[in-house]
Amino acid sequence: MTVRVEDRLFNNRYVVDSGRPHIKVKPHTTPSQALLMLMRICPAHCYDLNDRGQVEVTADGCLECGTCRILCAETGDIEWSYPRGGFGVLFKFG
Amino acid sequence: MNTGKFDAIVIGAGPSGNAAAYTMAKEGLKVLQLERGEYPGSKNVQGAILYANALEQIIPDFRDDAPLERHIIEQRMWMLDDTSYVGMSYRSDDFNEEKPNRYTIIRAPFDRWFSSKVREAGATLLCETTVTELIRTESGRVIGVRTDRDGGVVLADVVVLAEGVNGLVAQRSGLRPELKPDTVALAVKEMHFLPRETIESRFNLRGSEGVVIEAMGTVTGGMSGTAFLYTNQESLSVGIGCLVSDFKTGNAAPYELLERFKTHSSIAPLLQGAEVKEYSAHLIPEGGYRAIPQLYGDGWLIVGDAGQFVNAVHREGSNMAMTTGRVAGELIVQLCRTRSDFSADALGAYQDRLHKTFVMKDLKKYKDIPNFLHGTKHLFGTYPRMMSQAMQTWLRVDGADKREKERQIVGMVRSSRKLTGLLGDAFRLARAWR
Repeated sequence: MTVRVEDRLFNNRYVVDSGRPHIKVKPHTTPSQALLMLMRICPAHCYDLNDRGQVEVTADGCLECGTCRILCAETGDIEWSYPRGGFGVLFKFG
Repeated sequence: MNTGKFDAIVIGAGPSGNAAAYTMAKEGLKVLQLERGEYPGSKNVQGAILYANALEQIIPDFRDDAPLERHIIEQRMWMLDDTSYVGMSYRSDDFNEEKPNRYTIIRAPFDRWFSSKVREAGATLLCETTVTELIRTESGRVIGVRTDRDGGVVLADVVVLAEGVNGLVAQRSGLRPELKPDTVALAVKEMHFLPRETIESRFNLRGSEGVVIEAMGTVTGGMSGTAFLYTNQESLSVGIGCLVSDFKTGNAAPYELLERFKTHSSIAPLLQGAEVKEYSAHLIPEGGYRAIPQLYGDGWLIVGDAGQFVNAVHREGSNMAMTTGRVAGELIVQLCRTRSDFSADALGAYQDRLHKTFVMKDLKKYKDIPNFLHGTKHLFGTYPRMMSQAMQTWLRVDGADKREKERQIVGMVRSSRKLTGLLGDAFRLARAWR
């Protein structure tokens, strides 16, 4: 089943903190299993492979659930903070 | 930022933070509440069902102006396989009472309303302010918070951590460990808008009556999880969630599960023609009693989702959040009045008091349920299929006599799960439920 999550995120309201992403993937050459998993599990599909086969994050559509942080807690693959006050997703309904 | 010292700082403006801040501000304490969102509710997600009792104990006349959606008169519980559901419903006109017991709500407007009450009670609310860490003395006592606003250190006698499920501030300050994948569920949800009349005719409702559907079964592809559909005034909240540890070993994306639920032949007609206006995701603490972190220490308390206060079996959470917030607030008021300090010894009464409420009693009762659900994946595959096949065999009239039908059903049950397995699951459920 192909479901385009981008079409869903389109309805949401975000205030993007340009140049200050609240999630960072630690530099790596070959991604860990945990990082690869995020491409499927992240509910906003923020994680994807770049053309060098590394996992990258684009946090603009992040729903701030925290799942990726928990899944990578043991490997330390990512740094996750709350966005600065007022930035990030702003739910109209929630 | 206006510094100066506060009696209490509350981190977060969700149900637990608002309950705590309201309880303290109403009694004249100088309260500062910090919220990282643009407005209270902007970071919060819930199904959402409001249980009146917990809020009544804080704001008895909340029904006068709270943004409530529908009062619930009917609960449908569905066990789904790929093409069917076996269901149980309870609908009662008795729920059409003067002061209804359960309501559907939409969190963003509801949290804004609750927050307006907190401010009316005298608390100071600062939005768009993320707490980055707790300020602690050398001995470890919490004396304030640092925020991401310029020069943002604020001091207080006590800090109430109502920061939600992720509990990042407490974690970063070494007060609690990171969440474990098998103690949290990841839920995704959409808001589907339809005209009021359409919802009322589709769900057999009059006026502000409401229906909630809770579903489980093959829709989660063998993972421990549940789906829901709640009726609001002019929208339907539709969502599905599974344990993060199950997503880890599974092969589906969360939005694929949601799609599977929405396109199920029993759900799709209910959503037909709706306009989707929001897609959200959130973690739900489901580890139960055994996953509760340390709840208090010198100068700090944890309330709400941050304390894992969710009863996953009964889908209760916001009531526990409000109750823990209220109990924490009441204790702090009392300690202020008696000029006590806010040491771990004094704040430990918070946990003792919670043990006397339904919050700890219920979580304790179901302390083994999370393990049961993790160990019994048949609930999300084998059993729903078995039930559906049995019902279908029983209901189809096809020339086979009734004894033959009974033989078919027994044979089908035996072939899908060994008798020892069935009895074992029943035994383990009974033991976990006690």
